[in-house]
Amino acid sequence: MQVSQELIEKITEEVVRQIRSRGDSGSVYDANGCRRVVAGELGEDDVPSMAGRTRINENKSDYSAYKRAEKGTDPKEIVIGVGAAFQREIKRTIGGIPLEEVLRNVKAGIEEEGMIPRVVKVLDTSDVGFMALESAKLSGSGIGIGIQSKGTTVISQKDLYPLSNLELFPQAPLMTLETYRRIGQNAAKYVKGENVTPIPSVNDPMVRPKYQVKAAIMHIAETEQLDPKLGIIEWEGK
Amino acid sequence: MRRSKRFEVLDQRPVNKDGYINEWPEMGFVAMKSPYDPKPSVRVENGQIVELDGKKREDFDFLDTFIADYAINIARTEQSMKISALDIAKMIVDIHVSRKEVLEVISGITPAKMTEVINELNVVEMMMGMQKMRARKKPGNQAHITNLKDDPVQIAADAAEGALRGFAEEETTMGVARYAPLDAMGLLIGSQVGRPGVLTQCSSEEATELELGIRGLTTYAETLSVYGTEKVFIDGDDTPYSKAFLNSSYASRGLKVRFTSGSGSEVLMGSSEMKSMLYLECRCLYVTKGCGSQGIQNGSVSCIGIPGSVPAGIREVLGENLVAALLGLECASSNDQSFSNSDMRRTARTMLQFLPGTDFIFSGYAAEPNYDNMFAGSNFDAEDFDDYNVFQRDMQVDGGLRPVKEEDVIAVRRKAAKAVQAVFRQLGLAEVSDEQVEAITYAHGSKDTLPRDVAADLMSAEDVMKRGITGIDVVKALADSGFTDVAESVLSMLKQRVIGDYMQTAAILDSDFHVMSGVNTPNDYMGPGTGYRVEGKRWEEIKRIPHRINPMDI
Repeated sequence: MQVSQELIEKITEEVVRQIRSRGDSGSVYDANGCRRVVAGELGEDDVPSMAGRTRINENKSDYSAYKRAEKGTDPKEIVIGVGAAFQREIKRTIGGIPLEEVLRNVKAGIEEEGMIPRVVKVLDTSDVGFMALESAKLSGSGIGIGIQSKGTTVISQKDLYPLSNLELFPQAPLMTLETYRRIGQNAAKYVKGENVTPIPSVNDPMVRPKYQVKAAIMHIAETEQLDPKLGIIEWEGK
Repeated sequence: MRRSKRFEVLDQRPVNKDGYINEWPEMGFVAMKSPYDPKPSVRVENGQIVELDGKKREDFDFLDTFIADYAINIARTEQSMKISALDIAKMIVDIHVSRKEVLEVISGITPAKMTEVINELNVVEMMMGMQKMRARKKPGNQAHITNLKDDPVQIAADAAEGALRGFAEEETTMGVARYAPLDAMGLLIGSQVGRPGVLTQCSSEEATELELGIRGLTTYAETLSVYGTEKVFIDGDDTPYSKAFLNSSYASRGLKVRFTSGSGSEVLMGSSEMKSMLYLECRCLYVTKGCGSQGIQNGSVSCIGIPGSVPAGIREVLGENLVAALLGLECASSNDQSFSNSDMRRTARTMLQFLPGTDFIFSGYAAEPNYDNMFAGSNFDAEDFDDYNVFQRDMQVDGGLRPVKEEDVIAVRRKAAKAVQAVFRQLGLAEVSDEQVEAITYAHGSKDTLPRDVAADLMSAEDVMKRGITGIDVVKALADSGFTDVAESVLSMLKQRVIGDYMQTAAILDSDFHVMSGVNTPNDYMGPGTGYRVEGKRWEEIKRIPHRINPMDI
């Protein structure tokens, strides 16, 4: 190829134009209308950094005006203990089910079997095992149900070891309203002393990779709403 | 924006179904190093550590106190802490420095210093470190044996097959916790049918697990969980001291025990104190050591989605396995939880433990299809058996498994199921029908088996606990029903508790019930030509994968 003076000038002109247009920081497009992309440069991150933030929700709900939950005496009573962020900071389970519906179905299940539900909010722990056990201890029947805001649920009985349970539903994303209703029914059957067949386990090994980060964020959001001084409060009238 | 067809394809790839998140140290979403991690320091006065990692003794939380008093070699700490983290990291990789020398130096460093040491190593260097620092000379493998129905007969059959396939330990757990006594019995019996000497455990609530162990229905325990912050410990109604007490309870009855920990648990429970996952896991491992445990199951374990979501998270997981080995602990290195939708990603993650070899590469491997895995899925399952056998053959690496013949598997599955049927009959427990035995013999998973009467099973399970049935009753029932060889194996497993040798670090048993541990068969790797090599009969066994071409057939 012949390198003429003209070609050199053309190249110089083009290089200068490119340098100028790069300096023109206001535009993300070059002279030909193409989006400017510089390989190897980081550019702006489209996912904002959360570093520096120490809470998920800046505000903490105040439950000091609520009535403290007391131990029930009705032998037909089953206490449902919900998580600290339940129906406030968190309105749906990790699988997207509205928490009102969750509660409605558990209560309906209990009532269908002739027992009486009472809903409390547990503010001294966000561990579902302890939520269920504490609920069982408050319950007139000795049977309690713990439900985290992300949907994880345990049926417990007041005399069990803390980490034991009657039934545990660890994979919250797989829960359905039908399961919640059956949880209410089974809890009631335990009260009646029936020979209860536990709700069959369900299992999806890919729940963890998909949901564990979301579960952590939801649990942090629940835990930061704890108010151990208040303990357990009445959440819904009988 | 009009979508690129290539990006549409990429977006659908399994790896993009996994969860990822930016580093967020304040919430603990940071793997290797947090700006809030403490700087290493130590000060000893009158034989007591009075300053640990920048904290004065009066400001210690109970983990600091426990670690300072029981987990650090006080006589050597000031000397070890003078060596730079980089120099210690080099010793770990240097083939001319022996495992023993490294253990000695490490015995004096603090958790924050350990965190710095691990930060100096890339993954290949960590693998080199693991190859040298693993306690037992020969690597091993552990299985999960579970199913959706908690069917104890299927557990026995899968345990027998798993044992035949080479697993040295087998662990079960339940969807319905009350099934524990029956499932523990199924596992104990089945394992000995497959290969005498396989250890078994039943992961359940701690008091139940201890009782099953004391009764001889299990032969080791693993689920003694420790955590890296005081808050998470307290939430679990525990302290390092209560864990040490529980550990001693097992030891007093001659049972092998290891602890469990793993990065991400503090994040998941919302109490990471803004520290890195690695630093918190170092604290767990120091507590484990301070409790006098011979070993640990770690590598994030059930929280793997958390380190898996952040940058360098999988490097951190190998890092924490290495920390366990550096503290002289047996390491059962996780790989035991479904971790990614991507087959490539889940395989890559496992190579970090598979290639150097750990005491137990998986803790454990789902020896059933993952839909039956009641630990919510393992990283590898029964459908990966042949892939795994090919990995071993391709790379001449001992991953603890071996190819098996279909007729042998059918035979041990049937025998295990029949043995459980006989034992349940002898002991007056829930009935096992011949149809169930037959279905389970040929089953892949619980979708192929018959339903059990759950209410009757649970009454039987309660009965086992109430009547005080023990391992000896199982031996008698086996002997009385003609399963003399299985009875002898179960009895030999119970004898181990009197002998006690299998409580040594990283112990497993061979088919003659001889112990192979870090004490009598220590890892002596010091570069090429040393340490464990895949050769001889073992190599021939690995070569014999199914589906080889027979040239005579062409």
